[in-house]
Amino acid sequence: MKVAIIQFPGSNCDWDAEHSVQNVIGLPAGRVWHKDPLPEGVEAVIVPGGFSFGDYLRCGAIARFSPIMSDLQSFADQGGQVLGICNGFQILCESGLLPGALVRNDCMEFRCLNQSLKVEDSNERFNTEALAAQLTLPIAHGEGNYRADTEVLTDLEANNQVLLRYAPNPNGSINDIAGIRNQAGNVYGMMPHPERAVESHHPCLDGLPVLRAFLQPLLQSSPVQLSA
Amino acid sequence: METTAAPLPPNPDPCLNVEITPELVAQHGLLPEEYERILGILGRTPNLTELGIFSVMWSEHCAYKNTRKLLKLFPTEKKDKDAIGQVLVKAGDENAGVIDVGEGWGVAFKIESHNHPSAIEPFEGAATGVGGIVRDIFTMGARPVLLTNSLRFGSLESSQVKRLFRGVVSGISHYGNCLGIPNMGGDVYFDDCYEGNPLVNALCAGILRHEEIQKGAATGVGNPVYYVGPGTGRDGLGGASFASRELTEESAEDRPAVQKGDPFMEKLLLEACLEMMSIPGLVVGIQDMGAAGLTCSTCETASRGDSGIEIDLDLVPQRETGMNSYEIMLSESQERMLVIVAKGRERELEEVFEKWDLHAAHIGEVKEGNRMVVRQKGVVVADLPAKSLTDEAPIYDQPATEPAHLAMAREWKVDSIPELGQEAVEGALLGLLTHPTIASKRWIWKQYDHMVMSGCTVEPGSDAGVVKLSIAGINKYLAIANDCNNRFCYLDPYTGAQIAFVECMRNLACSGARALAVTDNLNFGNPNKPEAYHMLKECVKGLADACAHFDVPVVGGNVSLYNEHGEGAIDPTPVVSMVGLIDHPDRVTRSGVKDSGLELILLGGLPDELGGSYYLQSAFNKKEGTCPKVDLDAEMNLQNLLIGQIEEGRICAAHDLSEGGLLVCLAEMLFDAHGIGASVSLPDLGSSGRLDALLFGESQARAIIAVKPEKCDAVIQAAKNLGVSAHAMGKTDDSSQLKVEVAGTSVINSDVSGLKNAWESAIPKHMEIA
Repeated sequence: MKVAIIQFPGSNCDWDAEHSVQNVIGLPAGRVWHKDPLPEGVEAVIVPGGFSFGDYLRCGAIARFSPIMSDLQSFADQGGQVLGICNGFQILCESGLLPGALVRNDCMEFRCLNQSLKVEDSNERFNTEALAAQLTLPIAHGEGNYRADTEVLTDLEANNQVLLRYAPNPNGSINDIAGIRNQAGNVYGMMPHPERAVESHHPCLDGLPVLRAFLQPLLQSSPVQLSA
Repeated sequence: METTAAPLPPNPDPCLNVEITPELVAQHGLLPEEYERILGILGRTPNLTELGIFSVMWSEHCAYKNTRKLLKLFPTEKKDKDAIGQVLVKAGDENAGVIDVGEGWGVAFKIESHNHPSAIEPFEGAATGVGGIVRDIFTMGARPVLLTNSLRFGSLESSQVKRLFRGVVSGISHYGNCLGIPNMGGDVYFDDCYEGNPLVNALCAGILRHEEIQKGAATGVGNPVYYVGPGTGRDGLGGASFASRELTEESAEDRPAVQKGDPFMEKLLLEACLEMMSIPGLVVGIQDMGAAGLTCSTCETASRGDSGIEIDLDLVPQRETGMNSYEIMLSESQERMLVIVAKGRERELEEVFEKWDLHAAHIGEVKEGNRMVVRQKGVVVADLPAKSLTDEAPIYDQPATEPAHLAMAREWKVDSIPELGQEAVEGALLGLLTHPTIASKRWIWKQYDHMVMSGCTVEPGSDAGVVKLSIAGINKYLAIANDCNNRFCYLDPYTGAQIAFVECMRNLACSGARALAVTDNLNFGNPNKPEAYHMLKECVKGLADACAHFDVPVVGGNVSLYNEHGEGAIDPTPVVSMVGLIDHPDRVTRSGVKDSGLELILLGGLPDELGGSYYLQSAFNKKEGTCPKVDLDAEMNLQNLLIGQIEEGRICAAHDLSEGGLLVCLAEMLFDAHGIGASVSLPDLGSSGRLDALLFGESQARAIIAVKPEKCDAVIQAAKNLGVSAHAMGKTDDSSQLKVEVAGTSVINSDVSGLKNAWESAIPKHMEIA
């Protein structure tokens, strides 16, 4: 497998992520149990959505102590591609791979809808040219309200680390932030679900350019047929 | 009754060694004659643990003692043996029914009520309702692929009702979202009759290979019996018997009878069980511990397997100390399963549960004979013939008397209602669009994750929810619809139940789906009251006759009686849920119109019946009138036309006429795309000669379709061939206005966005936190 999808107890978008990468984009993908090591030869890792460990204590707070997290840390340190979606984003923030934290939506309710997003010119892969200026992606979360202290926020904005912003804001996120990257540019996190917008029966196909942007280094090294 | 058998030894907990008095028997909800029958079966006095076991197993919830005879009226198999949707597991045989959907795949589905717990503890009651039905589905070996709910509440004017509504929706959202099973919405009605006794019916459907169907039978003497899942606590004690009583002011004191749910545990149990069941030959039998917990799962598996079973309570994982046999056997702690595994392969099961960090405790064995034997601290604390609990519960045929209001409804004359002037049409339409039953339910389903598992194809809010069966790797779509208009069932139970059926099936047809099978949830009042029993009986007859006519079998369901609170019983509410199949993506059809320039065709003729309508409710606050007629043949022709024309690729959108009638149907079709309007002309007032009956009457077997102009003639010809009236009423346009003329006179010219805004904001306005 080239793309590993980490499965924690309580992950529930692991199949969806695997399906979108393997069957739609066409890269070999597989699920890896959180107690197992990250397999050799993996070139990208997706931390999928769900309710890892029931979101007990805080979203992502228990998952960060899972055995696989030390492998993920070294993988990221060596420049490996990591994408956290929804609960995966929360886990990456809890584990310190991304800055900030995600707290309860300001409406105090779960929100599942097709969300309009503004694409930021973050880097050569996530920009208005690669993804389009506006996207619509499904969101489905109760705790997607991004928070960071002033210093972190200033740095994020100064370094163009914001990938996507909500328009309008469904959860009270500071600066309308829906997705960010780390400073090095190999770790990404977002609340919207690109894997739910890749097939003809989905509300739109806007998830495809997002996943392809993340997987670009792999796609360049191994050309594949897009089946969507 | 002579008692000759030797008594059991004293229970290790002295509190349980009490004399079984008539008061104690009555407290357990058992009638004196039922107790006599128990004495006859045992040949001795039961001890307190055994009395508790009988009380839950012989409750209405588990034994269907007041409905078993009636339920036999439902067809449980398809007459046409060549049709798609053959029944693979019949109603009542296992935890859920299973139907064939082709290519070696089956669908397991079932609906179940959690009304009483939700009335007391709305969040936990509704959440554990979802948990229970999901377990029923994966117990069958199926991967759950969708959830829906049928919900009923009192008026949203009441702050108590708002609290219940908010709690129920957030309980369902919390549990289902965490499990990661898409919730496709469902039907929600608001009516004063549900004040204090809301209905919470939860449905789950799952997909499995034919050869993966699991049985809930304990077979093979010597096979070990495992308990899997979290430990047993004192929660939910006697929930099944609690559900078989009327709610009273004191019901809040029954709060310990409401269970506490943990969706994370359920998710682990779901994945572990599916992983275990994928190991060939490992699982002999499996049953979830739902109502009546350990009691029900042990005696039912033994009874189905024609075996005996022995368990030792000292080996049962417990999360509280000092629990006695009565408590352990009657606890309804959630997320637990009983598994009978092939002897010698215990390690394979244990390894799966170790991976998922769940208990897997070897608590007993399948035995020769027919007895269910329970031990604790080396003492036999219960020893009962298993089948006596499952098969020998008394069955009652209650006296039935027709309630007086039914004759009044039949003799009702529409003249008692003042005629509607054309100037009042817009106001009447707004009154209907803002009635919470008709208003947009987005406030509810935006709290449900309906897109997880990547299958959501038609989101909630259309006539039926549709999911692609991507997870099975097949290019088919499962459609689901629920229905039951209590107003019609109240006015005419036989016809009302048929309307629930035909409307549900019509919703599927409008979505392009062929109906396969039904699961029903019969929500009624106290069956010991002859008037309530009459309503139950008539509804079941009506529903059974409709099922037989359309050859759509009932493959499972649930009965919830004793839905009474303060003022009396709820209206009869036989919720009908139907699954249908769409085998090509082009056939997936929505109720909303996306384009201008489409012909709008009314199928089925001009509506002409006002009785029981929501117009009477919203304009006059009346629940009265003669229920609309049901013509099953006309309905079948309409549905064949809809499906046939959808399969021909001629229909762009289809919406059935139901609550609110023609004008509501037309307005709702315009709410999906921005800027769309319509201009429609109706030739005359129709056979009633009344504007209200034409625009807002709820006559059955009707739908509006939108077709491209070049296909219009072909559709009208096809309708003619099937004997369905088809009337091209007008076209959609870019005007953003809804314009309707009747006999050349304009009756409404309204801004669609204003109507939509009223429809969308009605429920949120009620639910805003002041």
